[in-house]
Amino acid sequence: MAATVALGVALAATVEIPFIDRVDEDNRITRESLEILQVNVGAKCNLRCKHCHIQAGPDREELMNRQTMQACLDVLDAYDFKTLDITGGAPELNPDFEWFVTEACKRDVTVMTRCNLVILDTPEHAHLAELYARLGVQVVASLPHFVQKNTDNQRGDGTFDASIRVLQWLNALGYGKGSGLELNLVYNPGGPFLPGSQDQLEAEYRRRLQAGFDIVFDHLFAITNNPLGRFAAALSAKGKLQDYRDKLVTSFNPGTLPNMMCRNQLSVGWDGRCYDCDFNQAAELPCGDGRTIFDYRDAAQACKPLDLKRSIEFDGHCYACCAGSGSSCGGATG
Amino acid sequence: MKTYYNPEDLGKFSTMGEEAPDLWDAYMNYYGKVFEDGALTAREKSLIALAVAAAVQCPYCIDSYTGGSLEKGITEEEMTEAIHVANAIRGGASLVHGVQMKNIVRDMEL
Repeated sequence: MAATVALGVALAATVEIPFIDRVDEDNRITRESLEILQVNVGAKCNLRCKHCHIQAGPDREELMNRQTMQACLDVLDAYDFKTLDITGGAPELNPDFEWFVTEACKRDVTVMTRCNLVILDTPEHAHLAELYARLGVQVVASLPHFVQKNTDNQRGDGTFDASIRVLQWLNALGYGKGSGLELNLVYNPGGPFLPGSQDQLEAEYRRRLQAGFDIVFDHLFAITNNPLGRFAAALSAKGKLQDYRDKLVTSFNPGTLPNMMCRNQLSVGWDGRCYDCDFNQAAELPCGDGRTIFDYRDAAQACKPLDLKRSIEFDGHCYACCAGSGSSCGGATG
Repeated sequence: MKTYYNPEDLGKFSTMGEEAPDLWDAYMNYYGKVFEDGALTAREKSLIALAVAAAVQCPYCIDSYTGGSLEKGITEEEMTEAIHVANAIRGGASLVHGVQMKNIVRDMEL
């Protein structure tokens, strides 16, 4: 069996089994209490990465307003979430982001922000690195590869050098050194293939970044590219979309089901609509109950908080989270 | 048949076990063990496999181990160097057999 996997041998997935049929009853619903409130503050981004499922870019105008952010904070106050996970786009491009992250850090929750690094290399947003350090924000930073050519190919010319400068600066501010300022990196494949062993990739990243740039970090998250948005379009243009989908299906690992991120989080879109995850946002597949963050907030303010436990909405793209070693916003799950 | 090599045949590899399941299972177990982390890392083994694949000119293996190497974060530069190693040994093997030629020439000399 191992050799079959090593040689990439698999039966052709000519008929894709609906993902939900792969999921046992227990894993079709979330856990009783959810740890993570993930908030996508908008699709605007300074980059146009080839793998972006959101299709974020400078031309995107969807941005979460302060009223919706306040509702997210109210929900953090009223429910028992442990972590606020802020994502985008580039979250820093939301004009209310700085207010939001500052207010969030007044709560007794872990606040993490997903950062493309390059944005902190611009004069308008450079001050945010110091703000993160002052507030103790956990930084989850995209660095698709430790080699310039690979990163620039995926994210645009010059992105690797800018990322390295910012990582060195974050280290200088105390990040990634075990002092409480956590710096985690995100690897994602540069094409239609799965991430290898997260532990081995982390070891290689550590060795290369330390030797080449004197950069340290805490953990590496290996994330599988989801065939949605710009990544799907790029695969389709090369005639590889179906092959990649087949690869995800044939690499299905049932051992990853209990730890699917959707089972432990609520994901909020820029307009306050709730989803099971950021991929479902890209797929325009909201939670089946149709709730918004305002519903959760209003119910709590009426002293009748809603049950966070819910049925999960699945579709074919969910195979990406359950292929091989599994994948989530926190890396491998299997 | 337009070509002896068909990419879809890689997916039929396991049919080689149909008439000889014991041999197939034994090979699979061995194969799996070989590629586990050992004194050499799985990463290093993937590069060796790629180099050997190029040396034996197996298109299926080149396909598999280029993909496998990419999954492990191995760079194109590293893969290129590995194949140059294979090429150096292949070329060297031809050259060193030239000594046999020289031996025969010397032997033929009167």
